[in-house]
Amino acid sequence: MTQEILKSLKAAIWFMFLTFPIMVIKVNTVYKTIEWRWMNMVFIGVGIFVGSFVWRWLLNRKDNPTVKKDHVPVSTRIQSYLAENPMAKRALQGVLLAALLCFPIFMNAYQINIFTVALMYIILGLGLNIVVGLAGLLDLGYVAFYAVGAYTYALLNTNFGMSFWVVLPIGGALAAIFGILLGFPVLRLRGDYLAIVTLGFGEIIRLVLENWNDFSHGPSGIAGIDKPDFFGLELSLNQMTDAIYYMMVAFTIITIFFVGRLQNSRIGRAWLALREDEIACQAMGIGRTRTKLMAFALGATWAGLMGVVFAAKTSFINPASFTFLESAIILSIVVLGGMGSIPGVILGALIMILLPEYMRSFSEYRMIIFGGAMVLMMVFRPQGLVSNFRRKYSFHGVDERLGG
Amino acid sequence: MENILEVKGLTMDFGGLRAVDSVDLYVKPKEIVALIGPNGAGKTTFFNCVTGIYTPTKGDILVSSNSGSAVRINGFKPNRVTERGLGRTFQNIRLFPNMTVLENVMIGKHCRLSAKILGALFRDKKTRAEELKAAQECYTILEKLGLEKACDELASNLPYGDQRKLEIARALATEPKMLLLDEPAAGMNPQETVELTHLIRRIRDTEQIAILLIEHDMKLVMNLSERIYVMDHGQKIADGTPLDIRNNPEVIKAYLGEDIDA
Ligand SMILES: Nc1ncnc2c1ncn2[C@@H]1O[C@H](COP(=O)(O)OP(=O)(O)OP(=O)(O)O)[C@@H](O)[C@H]1O
Ligand SMILES: [Mg+2]
Repeated sequence: MTQEILKSLKAAIWFMFLTFPIMVIKVNTVYKTIEWRWMNMVFIGVGIFVGSFVWRWLLNRKDNPTVKKDHVPVSTRIQSYLAENPMAKRALQGVLLAALLCFPIFMNAYQINIFTVALMYIILGLGLNIVVGLAGLLDLGYVAFYAVGAYTYALLNTNFGMSFWVVLPIGGALAAIFGILLGFPVLRLRGDYLAIVTLGFGEIIRLVLENWNDFSHGPSGIAGIDKPDFFGLELSLNQMTDAIYYMMVAFTIITIFFVGRLQNSRIGRAWLALREDEIACQAMGIGRTRTKLMAFALGATWAGLMGVVFAAKTSFINPASFTFLESAIILSIVVLGGMGSIPGVILGALIMILLPEYMRSFSEYRMIIFGGAMVLMMVFRPQGLVSNFRRKYSFHGVDERLGG
Repeated sequence: MENILEVKGLTMDFGGLRAVDSVDLYVKPKEIVALIGPNGAGKTTFFNCVTGIYTPTKGDILVSSNSGSAVRINGFKPNRVTERGLGRTFQNIRLFPNMTVLENVMIGKHCRLSAKILGALFRDKKTRAEELKAAQECYTILEKLGLEKACDELASNLPYGDQRKLEIARALATEPKMLLLDEPAAGMNPQETVELTHLIRRIRDTEQIAILLIEHDMKLVMNLSERIYVMDHGQKIADGTPLDIRNNPEVIKAYLGEDIDA
């Protein structure tokens, strides 16, 4: 304790010393006098002392093993409560669904648009979560599959007039094929090496799109892509926004449903095992090639589908939408929320997309605040906001739980 | 082939180091065989070659297939070897720490199940039935090893001895014809070791499978095994019954200073 105080004191004195020239001395060039603002020094000293002390206290608390052992994270407690009380779970799902459905009634087009984007990122996050969170393959080129989907629709629509609903599965399938194409050369790679190759893959796709003018119209992109068609209805701009929003709500629910099932299936378990220990996983009879390729292909499928939606929603795309930054944002969603956790990824996407949007009033500071929050997160909760929660099996009569 | 596993002239080089040097070994059905030797003798490397983690430099590894013919499994991927009926554990425990105990065992079942992606997505009747059956079978295995209470715990939360047992449970779930155990008693106290001895014998008797085990605990080895192979510096220096081995001068020399009469 006294040691902590001493350390904080030391930090405070250092900072007082370091900031002395700028914070204390003020030269008045008109009267050629020097102002000594000693109060500033006191503020900095006290501020740094308190800040450093709190920081140390938090770090200590985090590393303290006795606290850690019986401490069940809030997110785990909520999840296990919901798993044990299906009624409560249904109720919560119902409330959330009702809120989602009523949302456009109370909000303007701007808000609906932001929310639609957030839903898209939830799906992208859930797709990448298969690759990174479940199978443990660090993929930094995920946006490439998003681009494949977007360009598939843009090109097929502008050249051949194919409709959104026809291209949607084509875009997904094409992205899956690209996922396998990327998967093959990187089968043997892990961790950093895998990250570098996937990063390169993402950049290659973007550069091809940027430079192959005859095919993709280069940096100027493709404009005039048709919006999705809803039962042939003539929709106004606002109605179209609403319609796309509802479509995304439906997609999100379907994705959550499917990813949840995948996660608790034979193949989902194999992904987890692959993430936990590749050698043991193979020795227990799981084929590495198949399992990895399946993760890449399925993850890419969702990116491809979202790519098609993105192209249809904005009706204009160019390679600038598919930079590394985009991959980084999607990856942050997965890491921030909690790898391998569906509620985590949803929360992560909402925070990553909505927070910067609603923090616009902080103008330039918003990115700094945001970056600071991310750093704090990684120091204090490296496992993400929502801890991974494993399902319990039960055999005595309640067999449907195994299916649920 | 009457033997369940037959290894002939197995050699494994790591660069200039010959970790395993033309070792011959066989295991008959339902036999308990021990592989012993001082540290660094090449025992684990031998296991890794047999189970496909390393591709041996030379030699033949033959496994009897269901039809009774011998299959050469050199260069098979580890999962193919497991499908052929060799289940193993690891010297330095390699569980899946963030999966539950039951899920760990269900990973072992993986290669005996057949659900595909569509089955996972739409969860048809067949898939559901298969999953339920697998979970039940795995639960039964846990019961056999006395781990059923910890079924929903994360594997990393188990005490050390139970983690070793869970490795055995996971290997059993692969429905092996032969279990390869790499130092199953390492880190256990004498009481736990005695229990483990009974457990291994019981597994052999109830499951009717062969067991090949690496172990440093001489009491366990002498009590349990029907035949013993001794390795030193990559070579097989002796094989025979526990009695032969106990009195073999070569073995005593290799173990000089170590007590094999325990
Ligand atoms: N992957 C590897 N690359 C290079 N050398 C290796 C490798 N694996 C093992 N060796 C070497 O092979 C020799 C045999 O090692 P091995 O692990 O098989 O011994 P062991 O008999 O299992 O010993 P212990 O009883 O300590 O487990 C050692 O000298 C070891 O350093
Ligand atoms: Mg060893």
